[in-house]
Amino acid sequence: MTTRNEPGKTYLMQGNEAIVRGALEGGVHFASSYPGSPSSQVLGIMGRIADQMGFYAEWSTNETTALQACMGASFANARSICVVKQNGLLVQSDTIHCGALGGVKGGLVLVTSDDPDAHSSTNEFDSRHMAVSANVPMLEPSSIQETKDMIPYAFELSEKLQQMVILRVTTRICHGRGGVKLGEIPEKKPFKKIGKWDKMLGLNWLHSYLLEKLEWAREEFEDCEFNHFDGKEGAETLIIAGGTGRNYALEALDDLGIEDEVGVLSLGTLWPLPEKLILKHLKKAKRVLIVEEVDPFLEEHISALAGKEKLNIDICGRNDILPKVGELNPDVLIKALREFLGIKEEKPCCSGTCPAAEAVTIPDRELTFCAGCPHRATFFALKQALIKEKNPGVVFGDIGCYVFAAQRAGQFAVQFMSCMGSGISAAGGLGQLTKYGFDQKVVSVCGDSTFFHTVVPGLIAAKMNNANILHIVLDNSATAMTGFQPHPGTGTTCMGQPTDKLSIKAICESLGCRVEIADPFNLQETIDLIFEMNREDGLKILILEQPCATLASKTRAKKKVWVEQELCKGDDCGCSRMCSRVWGCPANIWDFEKGCAAIDEVVCVGCGVCAKVCPQGAIKVEGGDE
Amino acid sequence: MLTNVVICGIGGQGNILASGLMGSALVEKGFKVAVGETYGASQRGGSVMSHLRISDEREPGVLIPLGKADIIVAFEPIEALRMLRTYGNPNTKVIYDIRPTYPLGVLTGEDEYPPIEAIQAEIEANSAVSIALPATAMAVEAGNSKAANIIMMGALAGLEEMPIEPEEFFGVLSQNFKGKVLDLNKEVFMTGYDAIRKGGVK
Repeated sequence: MTTRNEPGKTYLMQGNEAIVRGALEGGVHFASSYPGSPSSQVLGIMGRIADQMGFYAEWSTNETTALQACMGASFANARSICVVKQNGLLVQSDTIHCGALGGVKGGLVLVTSDDPDAHSSTNEFDSRHMAVSANVPMLEPSSIQETKDMIPYAFELSEKLQQMVILRVTTRICHGRGGVKLGEIPEKKPFKKIGKWDKMLGLNWLHSYLLEKLEWAREEFEDCEFNHFDGKEGAETLIIAGGTGRNYALEALDDLGIEDEVGVLSLGTLWPLPEKLILKHLKKAKRVLIVEEVDPFLEEHISALAGKEKLNIDICGRNDILPKVGELNPDVLIKALREFLGIKEEKPCCSGTCPAAEAVTIPDRELTFCAGCPHRATFFALKQALIKEKNPGVVFGDIGCYVFAAQRAGQFAVQFMSCMGSGISAAGGLGQLTKYGFDQKVVSVCGDSTFFHTVVPGLIAAKMNNANILHIVLDNSATAMTGFQPHPGTGTTCMGQPTDKLSIKAICESLGCRVEIADPFNLQETIDLIFEMNREDGLKILILEQPCATLASKTRAKKKVWVEQELCKGDDCGCSRMCSRVWGCPANIWDFEKGCAAIDEVVCVGCGVCAKVCPQGAIKVEGGDE
Repeated sequence: MLTNVVICGIGGQGNILASGLMGSALVEKGFKVAVGETYGASQRGGSVMSHLRISDEREPGVLIPLGKADIIVAFEPIEALRMLRTYGNPNTKVIYDIRPTYPLGVLTGEDEYPPIEAIQAEIEANSAVSIALPATAMAVEAGNSKAANIIMMGALAGLEEMPIEPEEFFGVLSQNFKGKVLDLNKEVFMTGYDAIRKGGVK
C-alpha cells in the first residue's frame, strides 16, 4: 500500500505508514532508526520495501548513531530520514545541537514520536523544547493525511535552509488510521561529489548563521499551507491548536454547537512561530484557549508574544483550565470549553442509567509478561537467589519488557529504573559502596538490544573501577518490546540481509571478567548460579539465554501442558497457589468451581516451565520441542 | 452520518488487525474513516481498544467522546462492560465474546472476577441490544482460535448500522491473506455474520 504508484487514490493508512509514504514521496535515499514506540513500525516497513524502491534503510545501534549516519548521507546531497521516539530525541541531544550549527546538504528530516499519557513509554516528554534549544525548525501534523504531506515539504525546507527539520508526531498520529490520498513518487535527486571546500562543521562561529536560518524559516512559515483557520474570522474567542489539538477542538465546538462563534487557528509550524500570523488573529480576540500536547509550550511562547505587543487578552491552556499532564481528548476539551465560556451542562454525558447499587466491580487488567516469557523464570530465580542473602540484594532494571519486573509480573524484583543503559551504571555506582560498608548484593539487568544500545560503556566503567556487581543480560534474541526489530546480535539487517552476529559473550569476555551462560528455564541451576556468582568480588556477567516466547512459539512445536486435577490439592496444599498466584503466568489459571489449578489452552504456549514450580507434580508436560 | 464503533479486548486477540481490515473495507467503499488505537505494551496482557469512526461527511477525529459509541464489539465480557460504562449510552448495541480471560489480579486472588450472569445482566440493562457470541469457541471449532477476531467482524457487519456487505470485506481480506487462511477467514466471517442476521438481530 505504501509503495503503490496510484496518485489520487485514497487508502486507509496508519500514521506510521503515512510517514513511510511521505518519505517515498519526498524522494528519500537513506533511512536510519533505533526502535521506539509509537513509531517503531516505520523503519520495519521501510526495510521491507527499500530494495524495491531503491533506497537504503538501517537499524542503528542507538538513536545518536542513527542520526549521525543520516548526517553522513546528507553530506553527499542524499535525502535522509531518522525516526525516533521522544527518549531517542533526548539521546540525540548533543548531535542535534552540534549538527544544527554545521547544517545539512541533502534534506534531513528527523521524525520524533511523542507519547502523551505514556501509553508505551515511561514518560510523556514534550519534544518541542528541543527545537527551541537547538534552533531548528519543527513541524507537527494534525492528521494522518498531513503527516504524509508534511514530509516532502520538510525535505524541501531542509534543503532550502540547509538545516535539519524536526517533524513531531504523537501516538494518536502513529497509532491512528485515516484516509490518505496518495501523491506522486518522484525520481530521486542525484548525489553530489563532495568538493574540497564543502564542509559540515559544527562550530560556534556559525551561531549567528544558525539564528539567521531560523528567521528564514519563520518568514516561510508566515504563509504555510499547514497552518489553518476554521470557524469565525475575528471572533472574540480564539482557540490556537497545535497538531492533533485541532481535531479535538473542532469536535468539541461541534458538540457544543458553537462552531460558528469561535475561531480556530491551527499551527502546523511549531518552531519558529509565525508571529505575524498569530498576532493578526490575537489582536482581534479577547480570550484565547491554547490546545496542545503536553506542556504549555505554545501557551508560554504566545503569552510572551502578546506581552511584548502589550495586548490585553486572557490566554489559557495547560497552565490553568486544561490538565497539566496527560493526553487530551474531545471530552477534556468539551469540559474546558464549558468552563472557559461559561456554558452550562444540559445533561450528563454518561448514559446515567447504570443501576449503581447492582453494578459489578470490574477488576483492573494489569500488564504482565506473556505466557511462556523467559523473564518470568528469570525474575523468579533472581528473587529466590536474593532472598537467601543475609540482607536481600538490590536489582537495577533497564528499558525493555522487563520493566514489568518492578510489578507483580516479576515478583517486584526491580527497584530502580530510569533510562536506556542506566541500570548497569547506577548499579556500578552503588557497587562501589560495598567497599565502604554497604552490605547488600547489587545486581543489574538489561536486555540484548539495550546491551548494544548503551550498556557497554557502563560495563566498561564497572570493570575499570572494579565495581562489586552482578550484571545479568536477559538475552531473548529480540528487541521484543517494540516488535522484534533486528539488532547487532540477531544476524540480520533491516533490509533482510544476513550479517555477522555480534556475540554478547565474546564482548563481555573481552572485558576480562567472569562470564557465565545459563538457561532461565532451568530454574534451580539459575538460582544456584546467581547465588554463587554473588559470592565473588568484582564485576561478574551472567547471560541468560532463552528466546522470546512470542517469537519461539512461531517455530517451536508446542508441548502439551495440563493439570492432573486429582493430584492438585488446591488451597489445602500449602503452596499458596504457586502456579497461578506466585508464578503468575496468564495460562496458569484457577478453576474456581473445582478449587484447583488449570491451564488455559488458548493462552498457553507450551513452555512447560510451570511444571517445575508445582510441589505436587500435578502439572504434566508431554511432547514438543525444548 | 457518523457511526462510532468501539472494538476492544486484550493484547494478542487481534482486534487491532480486525478493526484495520474493517476500516480499509469502508474506505474502499468511499467512506471517511478514522481508527484510533490504544494499545501501549498490549501484547503483555493489557486492555486493547480501537475506535472506528465512519462518516459520509467530514474526516472524523480518532477518538470517540464519552457516551457516544453506537456499537461496542468486545472480545471479552468484562472489557465489554468496562467500555459500555465509559463509551456506551442506552442506544448502544453490544456484541461480546462470552469467554473470560482472567486478569493477573484475579489469578493472584487479590481481585474477583464477577459472576458471568451479573456481567450479562448489567450489559443488558444498559444497552439497546446485547449479544453474547461464543466467538473463541466458534473459532476453535473452525480450526483456529485466532480467527475469533474475524468472526467478531462478521458479527459487526451483520448489524444494520454497518454499511458493508460480506463481499466488500472479502475484497480487503484477499489483499491481506492467501490460500487456506483466506478461505478460513471468509468462512468464519460468515458464521459471525449469520449469527447476527439469522439470529434475528439487526
